Amino acid sequence: MHQGHCWQCEHPAEHNLFCTFCNSLQRPQTDYYAFFGLPHKLRLDSADLQKRFYQLSKLLHPDRYTRRPQREKDYSLEATAILNDGYRVLRDPVRRAEYVLIEQGFDNGEPRSKDVPPELLEEVFAWNMAIEELRGGDQSVRPQLEKARDTLQGMLGELDAQLDARFGEWDSGHGKPTLAAIRAVLNKRKYVGNLVTEVEKALTA
Amino acid sequence: MGTFQIDFSNVRPQRVVGIDLGTTNSLVAYMDASSPKVIPGADGDPLVPSVVSLDPAGGIIVGNPARAALVTHPDRTIYSVKRLMGRGIEDVAGELKLFPFKVAGKGESVLKLSLGEKVYSPPEISAFILRQVKRNAEAALGEEVRQAVITVPAYFNDAQRQATKDAGRIAGLEVLRLVNEPTAAALAYGLDKRKDAIVAVYDFGGGTFDISILKLHEGIFEVLATGGDTHLGGDDIDNLLLKIALEDIATEWNQDISTHGNAVQLLRLAVIEAKHRLSTLPATTIEFDYNGRQYRRELTRDLFDRLITPIIDRTLAPCRLCLSDASVSPDQIDEVVLVGGSTRIPLVRSAVETLFRARPHTELDPDKVVALGAAVQAAILSGDVQDKLLLDVTPLSLGIETMGGLVSKLIHRNSTIPASATEVFTTAVDGQTNVLIHVLQGERELVKDCRSLARFDLKGIDPAPAGLSRIEVRFLIDANGILHVSARDLRTGREQSVEVKPSYGLTDAQVEGMILESIERAEEDFHERQVREARVEADTILAAVEKARQNDAFFDLEESERDAITLALNELLVVYHGDDHLLIRAKIDQLNQATMKLAENMMNTAVSNALKGTKI
Repeated sequence: MHQGHCWQCEHPAEHNLFCTFCNSLQRPQTDYYAFFGLPHKLRLDSADLQKRFYQLSKLLHPDRYTRRPQREKDYSLEATAILNDGYRVLRDPVRRAEYVLIEQGFDNGEPRSKDVPPELLEEVFAWNMAIEELRGGDQSVRPQLEKARDTLQGMLGELDAQLDARFGEWDSGHGKPTLAAIRAVLNKRKYVGNLVTEVEKALTA
Repeated sequence: MGTFQIDFSNVRPQRVVGIDLGTTNSLVAYMDASSPKVIPGADGDPLVPSVVSLDPAGGIIVGNPARAALVTHPDRTIYSVKRLMGRGIEDVAGELKLFPFKVAGKGESVLKLSLGEKVYSPPEISAFILRQVKRNAEAALGEEVRQAVITVPAYFNDAQRQATKDAGRIAGLEVLRLVNEPTAAALAYGLDKRKDAIVAVYDFGGGTFDISILKLHEGIFEVLATGGDTHLGGDDIDNLLLKIALEDIATEWNQDISTHGNAVQLLRLAVIEAKHRLSTLPATTIEFDYNGRQYRRELTRDLFDRLITPIIDRTLAPCRLCLSDASVSPDQIDEVVLVGGSTRIPLVRSAVETLFRARPHTELDPDKVVALGAAVQAAILSGDVQDKLLLDVTPLSLGIETMGGLVSKLIHRNSTIPASATEVFTTAVDGQTNVLIHVLQGERELVKDCRSLARFDLKGIDPAPAGLSRIEVRFLIDANGILHVSARDLRTGREQSVEVKPSYGLTDAQVEGMILESIERAEEDFHERQVREARVEADTILAAVEKARQNDAFFDLEESERDAITLALNELLVVYHGDDHLLIRAKIDQLNQATMKLAENMMNTAVSNALKGTKI
């Protein structure tokens, strides 16, 4: 078989999931957007995405290939793994944005100190103290931490709104500066997200 | 009659059966024209107790007769082997104290059990059970069964799944799919559901507890989340009652009988019977007679409920976690399905009803529902059912060991499978030619708190300065929930060889060895199979000759030729039901010879008719 042709009948395959001539399953492509037949946009209709996921599952799942040649079985396993991995990424705005950033040549950012919202610095210190005290058995800090959780969750909501606005900008053709802004929001979001997890862990322990 | 045309519409694809390989009982089911059916054993009982015994003559006994041997030959009988599948000796040390059978070959990496004078691994014991249900299915269906779907607890880890697959191979079955038990139950229930629904399946069996939450949508059964405990079940209730009874007896009789194997097994059966009675009665008595002495103990449902509350409570935490993982609140649950014998306990039912705020379904027998669902999945795989599809998840997160004994997660629990992740590794030392990757399963952050799956050795890396080699490793969990690892050298683009050292369970070579051994043991199975195959061949030629005798060509034959055919036909019919496959084959050949000319004539007529363009 040579590239771009069906492995079964040698018909030109042109990146389709199935050969248009003999209907054999082809080696799947790995780009999640292309796989779902979607344009590279950051705003996605989740109901439409789910519909595509179900349709593709019905076509590609290994359960449908038990009686097929080994090569198609292998491709079915490959394709379904990509489908499932892709669905997990695309349905989650944060993971979707990370995916596009890496595709566009950004590194997968680790939160750096400059991503810490400055207005939080002092509070974070106080919250960490409170978490330690709660772990030590001091229940009096509980209301303080519950308030912290609410504050942080409010911030997460705000960051998500910012993210969505930036998604709109990118989709309407704004270039790399938008992606850089998205990178910054994501880093901030990760930092705040980690704090929420810490606080919740302490509260439910 | 080689020259007759084969009618392909009669060549049916291989049958796939569904098997519930349970802790207490095992069942086999198949898809009838429209619905799944359980196949009973020769004794008429649909449940084959998952008990294996070695009789003094060296023969293996499985099922109800083996269950009887629990009392007479406790040292030669193994039950609840499922609890030992895919586990290491240190995992089950505590548990083994409660079993009458002994671990053999201490110091070996693989757990082995003594059965009389023989030694078997848990997958080999399970294979005996699988062989038995396979035989039951073959007897009922009148055809050989070589492919199966086998169910496993949803919360089974990779090693436990692999062990189950190994058991299938040893039993001579190609395991087309491992299906999670609660998911199978949902399939059995949701067969004729048309509308969307969120379903919770609460599966409390003999040895394992599972909870799964599914979304049903246009024939797709999508598992949203699953959870459970592979070491929590009716056995724990039995052990609790057994312990109390043993203590009672020690005081009353001033005698410790806990070391008397057969006494303990007899008492175990007595408490199990009492437990069963308490599902319908408000009170009962544990009755146990031994060496002329009597033990009687009144047990009320009230007291029983109080005793087992801690055990039932242990099922509730996984349920809550599962709801949260599925992002579903109890109000959103449309239906609750109960699976497993332990859900007959009234306290279990009320606990489930309280938690999910929905009345549980009990239309299908909780002992059979998993096998029925397995049969549905078998029909999906064989293509007989095309409007259903199961999308299951991996129950445990998969990760690799990183610096400082930490686990870095690659595939999170409740990811829809098949699922994959890639990770790039590099060398730490100049000229390093191999990299060792330690793969673990579990939710905790430290290596010591997770379950070691295997060590993968990436070998034959091109020597290069430290950090220059880049090996991309792909972790793929297949639709059975089993991990596959492949690796590629990114510099050379070459496939990289990966050597697997499973932490628990058998290597491929060991499984191969067991398959060979089991083939030796399967001599009589083999003979049976040969007879069956000869009969199938006889069926084909008998049908063909029967049809040919209606043909004009038959009457064009000489009378002596017709007589020879009739004679050969009758002789084949006479030996058909005997068990000599060589004789059946000889008579098939004889009939073939006798019909040679008839076949030729029919072919010629067919050809000339075809040339004339007339329909035959």
